[in-house]
Amino acid sequence: MTPSVDRSMPRPAAMAAGHSDGAPLVITASPHLKGRDTTARIMWTVVATLVPIAGASIYFFGPSALLVIVASMIGAFLVEHFLGKGGTLRDGSAAITGLLLALTMPPGTPMWMAALGGAFAIAFGKLIFGGLGFNAFNPALLGRAFLQAAFPTALTTWPKFGGSWWALRGDTFALPFMHPHETAVVTAATPLGLMKFEGKSTALSDLLLGTTGGSLGETAALLILVCGAYLALKRYLDWRIPSSVLGTVAAFAALLHFANATRYPSAAFMLLSGGLVLGAVYMATDPVTAPVTKAGRWAFGIGIGVLVVVIRIWGGLPEGVMYAILLMNALVPFINRLTRPRVFGAPRVKVTS
Amino acid sequence: MAEARPGVLTRLATTARSHVRSFGFAHGVHPPEHKELTAHLPIRRMPYPNEVVLPLRQHAGKPAKLVVAKGAYVERGDVLATADGFVSSPVHASASGRVIDIGWWPHPDGSMAQAIRIEVAPYSAQVARPRMVPDWHGLTHDEVIRAVQEAGVVGLGGAAFPTHVKLAPPRDLTIDTIIINGAECEPYLTTDHRIMVEYPDRVHFGVRIMMHALGVRRTIIGVERNKPDAITALERTKPNDLDVAILPLTVKYPQGAEKMLIKSVLDREVPSGKLPASVGVIVQNVGSAATLAEVFETGLPLVERIVTVSGHGIRRPANLIVPVGTKTRDLLDACGGLTDDAAEVIFGGPMMGTALADLDAPVIKGTTGVVVLAHDEVRDQASLPCIHCGRCLEACPVFLDPSHLASLARVGRYEEMAEAHLADCMLCGSCTFVCPSNIPLAQLFNLSKTALKRRPAVTA
Repeated sequence: MTPSVDRSMPRPAAMAAGHSDGAPLVITASPHLKGRDTTARIMWTVVATLVPIAGASIYFFGPSALLVIVASMIGAFLVEHFLGKGGTLRDGSAAITGLLLALTMPPGTPMWMAALGGAFAIAFGKLIFGGLGFNAFNPALLGRAFLQAAFPTALTTWPKFGGSWWALRGDTFALPFMHPHETAVVTAATPLGLMKFEGKSTALSDLLLGTTGGSLGETAALLILVCGAYLALKRYLDWRIPSSVLGTVAAFAALLHFANATRYPSAAFMLLSGGLVLGAVYMATDPVTAPVTKAGRWAFGIGIGVLVVVIRIWGGLPEGVMYAILLMNALVPFINRLTRPRVFGAPRVKVTS
Repeated sequence: MAEARPGVLTRLATTARSHVRSFGFAHGVHPPEHKELTAHLPIRRMPYPNEVVLPLRQHAGKPAKLVVAKGAYVERGDVLATADGFVSSPVHASASGRVIDIGWWPHPDGSMAQAIRIEVAPYSAQVARPRMVPDWHGLTHDEVIRAVQEAGVVGLGGAAFPTHVKLAPPRDLTIDTIIINGAECEPYLTTDHRIMVEYPDRVHFGVRIMMHALGVRRTIIGVERNKPDAITALERTKPNDLDVAILPLTVKYPQGAEKMLIKSVLDREVPSGKLPASVGVIVQNVGSAATLAEVFETGLPLVERIVTVSGHGIRRPANLIVPVGTKTRDLLDACGGLTDDAAEVIFGGPMMGTALADLDAPVIKGTTGVVVLAHDEVRDQASLPCIHCGRCLEACPVFLDPSHLASLARVGRYEEMAEAHLADCMLCGSCTFVCPSNIPLAQLFNLSKTALKRRPAVTA
């Protein structure tokens, strides 16, 4: 016996379940709660922690530094605004890219080159892959690699540290295709250059505080570490990456130094010179281009550390942080696949797919 | 014999481990608890509404089979629909009155379901017919199972899996422990909390019946540490003749998920795709244990349950005894109605609960709570691209890679998702909670699971 079912029953006012007085109710998918951190908040906090570092570079290198930063950020913003999907300037990632790129450039870089670099970084480092989250390589480093390939002289000319604060550190206002201007700027090698080509070391205190030659934002190691520590505490960057990069470089360099102290520089020098600290704290930790697993992040950091030392010691260039990170960026999909954690309740034997 | 005793080192290691073990599971998240709204409020009975609507489908398994006709007069506790097979549960009248209609009615899960509408008799004292109370001492295992099924008892923690089915594990598996789930990890909800505080003896009585029925010698009641009064109450009323332990657990979401609870309590890992019984465990909710006690004390089937009504969108949050079938509208009215900035009514907790599409949908057996969110609490619908920050991996209690799964879901590669253990996802929403880009991961996974079910099996 099947009791009859009245299918013609008037269907109650389904959906739009408004209560008698007040706005209609909404229907969303679970979970209905949300953590406080947003991507934009993370990005803008990173930008905020870069401000003291940029400030230090202006303090050390004068108006040229400010102009390079402004130019690079304008280049990045313009491309993001006109070629991006719209509204993406607000997520803050273009600001990070522009600012980080500027911090890797010598203080005397002409403004047009800085702007071109910023534009290239966003266009070919990020947007061409599909925008935020889809790029394989760190956009700022890609921009820097492009500039170094296109303008090798400008990007490796380092003004001597010190002198009048107001003095320009190079052809800041040069225009494209202009013949290099004979400026009165005194150039000098960076600590890494000194070490590599002349075998001279630099005082560690200078490296720590930033009172030495080099790119805008890479000299003040201590300041970068403090800012990075803040981000790590807020969990906006994973401490595993800078720790493994710096740890690996320290261990590797100490080993070499121990084997031949006259030929290889000390671990402390290796750690604090060049763009290593900036790269380890701000570039390698870019979540988009780093592995997602904890184990993968350790592996990624160790890989960068080893490559940095290998390039610096045995390569043709005095500095290798940029290429080390870019090379490891390329390996991220493989690292992710190899380090995927064991699913809860799955057999402990590794199954290769 | 000195040799027979465990070595000093072994003993030290065991002691150390027991101190180090935090009775938790790996990963998980810490959503804001918001339990202070109702945690201190005693359970009250809500007045009978004018009408109750009882869907035939209130439990996991086959819907119940209708046995009453339109126009019939029913007393509270009468059978309206019987169980259709073993994995099914009957539906009883939750109030005396007349059956005025049988037909489609909005179901809290968002669909329409066959339901029995009862016009509640306005002057009825709502006393159930006197009935024989089965003496559980003398009952065999099968008779207990039958009595539990006939009383329509289902898991009251939300999933509404018929309790008698859980009490009848496959015969080839040995059950050594019953775990009573008092974690209540969902924010806002205080149903189980109040049951443990106010009816601890009923919980213990329910445990006693289950232990008798299953012949299991050990029971562990797991309670999150944020409910110290519940732990005290359970400890105070603990029986002396049974091996029942109360275990304080780490406060973390989803501590109350069956697999996480078993991991926390016994450090056993339920294999992927298997039931808790495969590791010798049966998990029951504290509410189900208390209901079991009521069934064998009074003979009254499951016709009412305790519901937390909470959230910043309700005027008077409360813990109420609610007749099953009470329309949401009536329940909200009993709590002073919605505030002006009420935005979303959720059945269940805010992490896994379903937003209600119709305020006429009734409270059913599995309704743990009704949470009304205010406007500023509702999730933003805009999302940004994934930045691979890895937070979802650190949140997922079953160690999936939600970011990878989501990228597959977006392009409809469901078979690959199945290979990447989509089936192990229990839709707890931890990944979605932590996602800074606000990607609706849990929703994508739910859609993918549905798509996989609909698709014919693909043969390679």
